[in-house]
Formats: sequence, structure tokens, C-alpha cells
Amino acid sequence: MPKPIIEFRAVSYQLPNRRDILRNLDLEVNSGEILVLLGRSGSGKTTALKLVNRLLEISGGELRVEDRSVADWNAIELRRHIGYAIQEVGLFPHYTVDRNIGLVPSIQNWPKEKIQARVNELLQLVGLGPEIAVRYPHQLSGGQRQRVGVARALAADPPILLMDEPFGALDPLTRADLQREFLSLQKTLQKTVLFVTHDLHEALLLGTRIALLDEGRLVSIHSPEEFLNSSESLVRKYVEAFGTHDQVRGNK
Amino acid sequence: MNFWNFIVQNRLEIADLTLEHLWMVGISTLLAIAVGVPLGILITRRPALRKPVIATANIIQTIPSLALFGFLLPAPWIGDRAERLAILALMLYALLPMIRNTYEGIRGVDRATIEAARGMGLTDSQLLFKVELPLAASVILAGIRVALVISIGLATIAAAIGAGGLGELIFRGLAMVNNSVILAGAIPAALMALLADVLLGRIEHYFAPQRAA
Repeated sequence: MPKPIIEFRAVSYQLPNRRDILRNLDLEVNSGEILVLLGRSGSGKTTALKLVNRLLEISGGELRVEDRSVADWNAIELRRHIGYAIQEVGLFPHYTVDRNIGLVPSIQNWPKEKIQARVNELLQLVGLGPEIAVRYPHQLSGGQRQRVGVARALAADPPILLMDEPFGALDPLTRADLQREFLSLQKTLQKTVLFVTHDLHEALLLGTRIALLDEGRLVSIHSPEEFLNSSESLVRKYVEAFGTHDQVRGNK
Repeated sequence: MNFWNFIVQNRLEIADLTLEHLWMVGISTLLAIAVGVPLGILITRRPALRKPVIATANIIQTIPSLALFGFLLPAPWIGDRAERLAILALMLYALLPMIRNTYEGIRGVDRATIEAARGMGLTDSQLLFKVELPLAASVILAGIRVALVISIGLATIAAAIGAGGLGELIFRGLAMVNNSVILAGAIPAALMALLADVLLGRIEHYFAPQRAA
């Protein structure tokens, strides 16, 4: 049995106005896998992600990270243990790339030379040249910014990564590049990844397993092959929408 | 007696009054920063306090300056010296731009940047000092600039309660019906305001956040 690193046990999340965003979510993310949370806007997938690093607090159930309830973790310590990459990237506009990547190591008081070495290593890892280090975020292309975002999430070498559509805002070709590079990166890094997307193609490409969410509930968990062959009605809808889309383009 | 003769003959007094003016404005602005910036930060953390704090600063702003000097007169220690009174009044006037610009500056920081910072495990104070304040710096500086320019003008009225400064010459000139004397006070004050505006503008520009291309 693979070891679960993140465990959702009957987790629910409600807004202060009592609207349910997540209901009774049971889910395990195993060590070294990429678990994709797939669903449309409002399905609760981003909420589920933010519960893990306590940007949001669960309303019910239990959520465990490395066998410890998130409530027992110090929130700051928990977040530094988990890399976080989001679609908008959120690079610090007043910091150069190297300071952006080196921020978490620097607030953890790593020595300067070690941070410098780590930054260079990470830039190389995400396919950026060392000359990028001294640039400001506004001097980068969208793809470069996303790469820096991924490098920053990896900075302190966290064993867990949370990724919220990190390649969502890119043009299709750049996105495909980054997806491919991320996969090969993951082969060596073996992080435990919880990955949010609404793009079935991305889910099939990256996911070890795909968890389909709808209106705050877990519909199914499948491997990519199972997903394509599933008879589940909502899964079929996804696959059909995806297939039709491809056929339309194929007919042109 | 023409204007230039008056300036040359009274250059020492004018220099003295200019320094006095600068002192009142400088101290009151520093005090306004020391009070206004923390208040501005506080209302980003405690939204319930935002309305009462801004409203109070707004109301102060609407009190005519002579009346405000009068209101403060009975205050213990403050009321003993005209100069203290003037500094307090000028500080109160400078509060609104300080509070409002600090609040707006921090509120204006990109949500994604803040969320990424929190997600990375920055503590509240790291978030404030490493992300929010640096990114709000140019807006806060714009507030200081406005406060400073307003203060330099307002401080001339402080002479009416005997606090000194360049207003002395203006009031004296009014009493003497002598334009040269009025101008000897008004022109240095105007120059001071212009200079402050240009200087702070430069600093503000230096702190302007790097914008997306």
C-alpha cells in the first residue's frame, strides 16, 4: 500500500453565510503521486487545495498532512513544508527573480552562499538561464514567470506541492512545454503533488490519478486510463466534451 | 521701500522665520507619519475600525484652521506654548492623507501576491514589512507629499496664535498694508511648498512599484 501524505476525511467547508463549498470529501494523496483535482469553476477544487496549507480552515471532518491533523500543525511551519504555485503566480514585483526564489530560504536564515547556489540550481531545473536571476518579474514573459513561480515553490525543497492551475494562463504551446518539463522534473523530484485544473487534457497528461469534483462532492477517482473508459455519467460528459472538441478540430 | 531692499535688510529674520516654519512643518509631518501609518495599517487588519477612523480624520480636516487652534488652546501642556499648539494642529490635518494613503496603498497590493506570500509561509509581520509596505511605499509617499504641501501653507496661519514661522511676515504685512512684507513671507513659503513637492515626487518615483510590461 502506498503511503498517504495528505488525507481528507469527511472534510467539509462552509462559507460564513453557511453555503457549502465542500461536502464530506474523502481523498488521499499518496507519496510521490500527482493527484489531479478536476472540476468546473465552483466545484470546490481550489478550496480543497487551500485547506491543505490552511489558507482556509476546514469546517468539519479531518484533514491530515503527514499523519498529523492540520490543526495541530503550526500554520507557518505547515506552509513552509508545502510548495505553493498558483495561476496568477503572484511574484513579488519589487524583488528580482533571485530574491523571489530565495525568499523562503532567506526567512529561514539559510546562509547567503547556500541561497545563491539553490537559486542557480532551481533556475536550471526549470529551464531558465542564469541571466534571468537579476530581472524583475515585469521584465519576464508569461512562461518565464510561471517557471519562476514553480522554482519559488520548490525553493526550500518541500516534500509536498500544491498547484492551482499553474500553467492555466499560458498560450497552448508554452503550456505544453511546461507540462512536459514538469512531468520530467517530477520523475526526479518525486514530490507529492495536489494539482488543480479544469482542463481534462492536462489532467490526463499529468495525473497519476484524477479526482473529479462536482458541486463540492467527490464524484470519482480514476487513473487516466480508467477515466477515459469510465461509465460514470459525469465522467462521460467530460470525456465526450473533450472528444467532440477534438473531432470538431479534426474535421476542419 | 521696495521688496528687494526689504529682503536684503531683513534676511536674518526671514531666515530665522523660515527655519521656524520648516521646524513646525517637519515635526508635525513626522508625528503624522508616526500616528497615521500605523492607523492606516490597523484598519487594513480590522475592517470594522475603518469607517470610524477615516470619518474622524475627515471631520478634523473640515474644521477651519483658526477654530482648530482655538479648540486646542485649553489642552494641558500643549496649550502652554503656541508652537506646540501649532504642531499638534498641523499634525491633525496631516493625519487624513497619511491614514487614507496607507490604507489604499496596502489594499492596492495585488491579491495574488499576498496569497502567494501567505501560502509560502510568511508570518503576518513578514508579509507587512517585506511585501505590503514596500509595495504600498509610493502611495504612502504620495500621502506624505500632499500632507507636507498642505502643512507648509497652513503653517502660515499658525502665526495668528503667535507660533512664529513665515506667517509672521504675512500678518505683519497685512497690518502694515505693506505688500513687500507680505511677499517676504509668502514667497519663501510658496518656494518651500514647491521644493517639497518636487523632492517628494522624486522619492515617490524611485519607490514606484515595477509595473507589468
